[in-house]
Amino acid sequence: MAEAAALVAESLAGYRARAARAVLEQVVLPGEELLLPGQEDGEGPGSAGERPLRLNAGARSGGRVVCGPGLRRCGDRLLVTKCGRLRHKEPGSGNGGGVYWVDSQQKRYVPVKGDHVIGIVTAKSGDIFKVDVGGSEPASLSYLSFEGATKRNRPNVQVGDLIYGQFVVANKDMEPEMVCIDSCGRANGMGVIGQDGLLFKVTLGLIRRLLAPDCEILQEVGKLYPLEIVFGMNGRIWVKAKTIQQTLILANILEACEHMTADQRKQIFSRLAES
Amino acid sequence: MKQVLKESLPTNGDTSVLAGVYGPAEVKVSKEIFNKATLEVTLRPKIGLPGVAEKSRERLIRNTCEAVVLGALHPRTSITVVLQVVSDAGSLLACCLNAACMALVDAGVPMRALFCGVTCALDSDGTLLLDPTAKQEKEARAVLTFALDSVERKLLMSTTKGLYSDAELQQCLAAAQAASQHVFRFYRESLQRRYSKS
Repeated sequence: MAEAAALVAESLAGYRARAARAVLEQVVLPGEELLLPGQEDGEGPGSAGERPLRLNAGARSGGRVVCGPGLRRCGDRLLVTKCGRLRHKEPGSGNGGGVYWVDSQQKRYVPVKGDHVIGIVTAKSGDIFKVDVGGSEPASLSYLSFEGATKRNRPNVQVGDLIYGQFVVANKDMEPEMVCIDSCGRANGMGVIGQDGLLFKVTLGLIRRLLAPDCEILQEVGKLYPLEIVFGMNGRIWVKAKTIQQTLILANILEACEHMTADQRKQIFSRLAES
Repeated sequence: MKQVLKESLPTNGDTSVLAGVYGPAEVKVSKEIFNKATLEVTLRPKIGLPGVAEKSRERLIRNTCEAVVLGALHPRTSITVVLQVVSDAGSLLACCLNAACMALVDAGVPMRALFCGVTCALDSDGTLLLDPTAKQEKEARAVLTFALDSVERKLLMSTTKGLYSDAELQQCLAAAQAASQHVFRFYRESLQRRYSKS
């Protein structure tokens, strides 16, 4: 009786918590609740009669599961807050249950600690530069956070310069702060980006794809022309080749990569290599 | 990111609204809220300047969005929803709600659920019409618009105009909840199509 009522109520509401493992690599919508591996059995009155499909039967249950971007903890379940594909990464060293996250397509950047970004200097006030990183407020960069900078030896940074740095403070409550040195005090590629070149904006998802370990696009682009390229996790790419025409061609290719399939890309690259 | 949503449920003619969402972006110090995002909605009519009717619709849409968007994740920022009416053939508020929801999802604003708008009209016989055309709305005894959430079809916002009884209100609400399933299915299909290209 109670079960029948629950079933009717459920079909009317259209809401059912599904096992996270059953929806991997599928598109999830905000508002859906996902069950973690340890909770799939005995879910309660909500799953009357129907068990979620298990794709990975021999999995360990338990251990800490890390809740990545697009997911929030809601009681003992995961609530999806962004639309995208659900992904999972197994833990390397065997402890914990791995990481779950939602791969969403987005253009707006939200500062995250540790991210390397390209910023544009907008103001110099006293000892601090204000850098626009594409977020909701400009990040602050102290003049001492450059390699070899001291109070007497100030870095040569003007308004309008491009800076490649990483965030040391980035949370929702405080103004983001970035630096151009790593924890050992070395620049490690960070700092002011040189003259010329072209800065353009792409979606965050494309940047993550290009920075993935085995990205074919980058290898093919590298074979085409000699170039210098800097990727910022805030969706900005700076590219520089020998001539302006080559730089523009590279910028157009990278922007178009978002929407092209692998075959179309190979066609375009072979056509360019011939000319 | 911009999205166009057409109300293509069984009606004559098309109501079409273009929606764009900007944010989380900078906010003026006078408008910032210390612990959550400031949500702003702008509705521009097809012709003429925005008037009082647009202002009241903007407020309804804003209240619905605030109930659903997780503003606490982005304090001291602003999320702006801009809606432009492309064509109006009835059920405008419901169309605006649907367009706003799709635009928020597309922009990656964190939300706790999806929402949709459904309009019901009661004509003089007491017959219930879902998604009435402009003509049906004018001749109806009462026009009710509901915003429902996707998790448990709960009521987020309701605005009504005209004469109706308590029982009729419950009837309209039940009919709207049933109709919202179609809208949510449309959301799911179009989002799946979008992500299948990548």
